[in-house]
Formats: sequence, C-alpha cells, structure tokens
Amino acid sequence: MTLREKAKLMSETDMERAIRRMAHEIVEMNKGLEKVVLVGIQRRGVFLAQRIRDVLRQFEQIKVPTGELDITLYRDDLTLLHDHPVVHSTSMPLDITGKHVVLVDDVIYTGRTIRAALDALMDLGRPDIVQLAVLVDRGHRELPIAPNFVGKNVPTSREEVVEVRVKEIDGINEVVICERQEG
Amino acid sequence: MDWKHRHVLDLKDWKREDILFLLDQAKNMDELIDRPIKKVPALRGKLVVNLFFEASTRTRVSFELAEKLLSADVVNWSASGSSVSKGETLRDTAWTLEAMGADAVVVRHGASGSAHYLARKLRRAVVFNGGDGAYSHPTQALLDAYTAWKHFSNLEGRKMAILGDVLHSRVARSDIQVFKTLGCEVVLSGPETLMPFDVDSLGVRYEPDPVKAVKNADIVYLLRIQRERQEEGLFPSLDEYHLRFGADEKLVSMASKSALVMHPGPINRRVEIDSSVADGAQSRILQQVRSGVAVRMALLYLCLGGVMA
Repeated sequence: MTLREKAKLMSETDMERAIRRMAHEIVEMNKGLEKVVLVGIQRRGVFLAQRIRDVLRQFEQIKVPTGELDITLYRDDLTLLHDHPVVHSTSMPLDITGKHVVLVDDVIYTGRTIRAALDALMDLGRPDIVQLAVLVDRGHRELPIAPNFVGKNVPTSREEVVEVRVKEIDGINEVVICERQEG
Repeated sequence: MDWKHRHVLDLKDWKREDILFLLDQAKNMDELIDRPIKKVPALRGKLVVNLFFEASTRTRVSFELAEKLLSADVVNWSASGSSVSKGETLRDTAWTLEAMGADAVVVRHGASGSAHYLARKLRRAVVFNGGDGAYSHPTQALLDAYTAWKHFSNLEGRKMAILGDVLHSRVARSDIQVFKTLGCEVVLSGPETLMPFDVDSLGVRYEPDPVKAVKNADIVYLLRIQRERQEEGLFPSLDEYHLRFGADEKLVSMASKSALVMHPGPINRRVEIDSSVADGAQSRILQQVRSGVAVRMALLYLCLGGVMA
C-alpha cells in the first residue's frame, strides 16, 4: 500500500499561526502559566509541544516545563498495527501531581492514542487538570474524547491519512492529506 | 522496525543492528523501573509459562518480574514435583502448556538444544531460551551487552577478557557472539582444562596468563567456578584456582582505568572473585541484575507485543 499526496492542508506559516493562537488559548484557559506543564506525545507531539513552549516564552517570559510521553506500551490496538511498534522514551521534567497538564499531539482521529496517553499519564502522577491540544482534528472519534485546543478542523474520510510533518523528523513543516492506494 | 526474530533461542542469526535496536528498546524499559508505578499494560491477556528444569533463581525471577511489569499472566512450572518427575517428556509437557493457552514459554534445561526442540514442537507459542546446557544463554549475553553499552555507549574496538570455565559455560559462548558482533576483541583466560577445544573457531584468543589477558581490557568478565568441576579433576583445588585466576584488586588494576567488572552470578567470593572487586567501584554485578529485567522486558514485548499475536 502506498500513499498519494492529495492536498496541502497547512503551510509552515499556517502551522506557526495556529500554534501561536493555541499558545494564547492555553494561557487564557489556565489563567496564567503557573501550574501548566506541556507534555508532547511521541514522536511529533514532542516537537509541537516544544514550539508551544517557545511561543509562550516569547509572549509571557515564562519557560513552561515540557515533557515527553511514549504511549506504545499502553496501546490497545497492537495486533492491528502494521509495523512493529517501537518504544520511545518518556521523560517528565517534574512531578505532574497537582499540575495542569496540556497533552500535545499532532492529529486526533479515533481518540485511542489519547486514551492510552491518559492511562500513561495517570501512572506518572495525579494532575489537577488534563487538557488536550492537537494541531489537526480529523474527526471519526471512537471514544468520548474532545480536544480543548485545535489548530485546524479537517473533515476527512477513513481512507485518507493526515500527515503532520515537522522539521526535526521530516525536514519540513507542513500538514498534508494523503490517500491510500493499493499496490 | 521489522522484527524478524519469532523466538529467542540463540544469537547466531542476530545482526549488529538487531542487537543495537534491542539495547535501545531496553533503555526505554529501564526507565520504567524507576517510576512509582512500574507496571504497564502492554502484554495484558498474554499467558507466559516459565518452565524451569534446572535450578535458577535470578534468571527465573528476572523473567517473572519482566513478565509482571508488562502485565502478562505468569505461571511457574518447575520440574521437581511436577509431571516431569513422573516421566513426562519435554514434548508432552510443551503440548500440555500450549493446550492451556500459553502464548510464550521461557525454558531452562540442562540439555543443549532443548529450546530449539521446544520451538519446533510448539505450534503457536513463542519460546525464550533461559539457558540450555552448554549451548546458549541469549538473554544473559544481551543483558551483559546492555550493561556495558550503557556505560561505554559504543563497544566498537573495546577489549573484553573472559576468565574462568569457558568450556562448560553457555554464558561465555553467548557473550562471545554478542560482544564480537558489537565489535569487541575477546580474550579468554583460565585453566587450559576449562577451555573449549575450538577456541580459534569462536574467533577469540586464549591467553593462559590472566594478567596478560586482562591487560588494558575494558571489560573483565568473570565466570562462576562450579565446585563439581574440581571434583571432576579439571583443576586441583578452589584455593589453587583462586590463587592463579581469582580476580583481586591487583589483577583488575591491570585493566584499563575505566574497566567494568562483570559476573553472571551467583558469585563465589574468594574463588573467582574477591570481595574487594565484587563490591568495588568498577563492579557492575548489581547493574547486570537490573539490566536483566529491562532486556527481558524488551524481548518479551518485541516477540509478544506486536504483529506476531
């Protein structure tokens, strides 16, 4: 199976703008940044969390603690995955108990990744509040999970794939929509 | 990642990239052990049977802990007091376990090749070799490699000296494979009566003088001396062995300054290792125990957690 690129959903500038807006919304909703901890979900969420942190530092002059969370060992769909799952690292800069954790991921789809992320998070501590920031919400939820901060809502079909690309992994910042093709 | 190894029987077909991938995965498992809640649900619903025909404490406990930290269901089946002592064959035991729904079997057996045999006889379950005869002990070798790799971060060009009873040691055989694949130079030392006949075919060198063997080594690996070997007349006495090959501070001081001292355990103090060395700053013996849990978690997850099921 191969992927054919259909359209560009967001350019680098679009991504920057969305991240800046989400950063402001995070400050607003939490009435400041005092208790906020950003937690990026491996792998691309980690880099998006870092970008939100950089924007917050610029506008609020506060360096928000930022961690990374790997949810591989908490997944419930292992046997359905095509590639063998690879475990990445989890690291928290501080104890998340009593904090406002903002989970950051690239795309929300079925909601199963976030379900796993919540389980993983609860094993690490007891945050006061957990919020969710995603760059793209593509619909088709299978669980009652909704993001608090969304970069862009994109109606998709299940045959399509939304790819968020970040410079650190993919060499480019953009969001594209692809279509699965047989052969 | 394309993981090709269905079972873990020996390390013959393991390429450098397979080993390095495993070590990297073990590092992420290692970090789990430090968490307040160490258990993850990755292998929930999988049944693992630990089938031990030979006495073993640390390998069995280490596997059991790894299985439990990944939330697998664990059954321990030991040979004594079971159907095995009533004359059941290994094959029938294996089929029985599979009929009970085992997804994986960890086997320790005195006969070389028993893990391979079991893997051939089982239709569905994955087999992990917990040590078979003098043939192989793959998880021990991988945990040794992990311990050294964590310290040196690259093992290419490092020198490893293995001292002791290489002839009867599945640990030595597996360690030689792994450390050589990772680019180490391996030198063996110990009484000639305890060396295999085919040292050259293992791609290693035998050095009768332990001081020369250890000189500038980055890893000093001591093997357990089994008392039975002395009764077989392979060396005169434990004291004699200790005098000539026992690792004391003086011998270890011949190695490189940052050298690690390792031992698969259980250790015989004042036989192959002095307390000053076993408890010294260069000793990694307890780290090896910890590494064992992380490495076995990584192996269990790779062979049971993914597409194989």
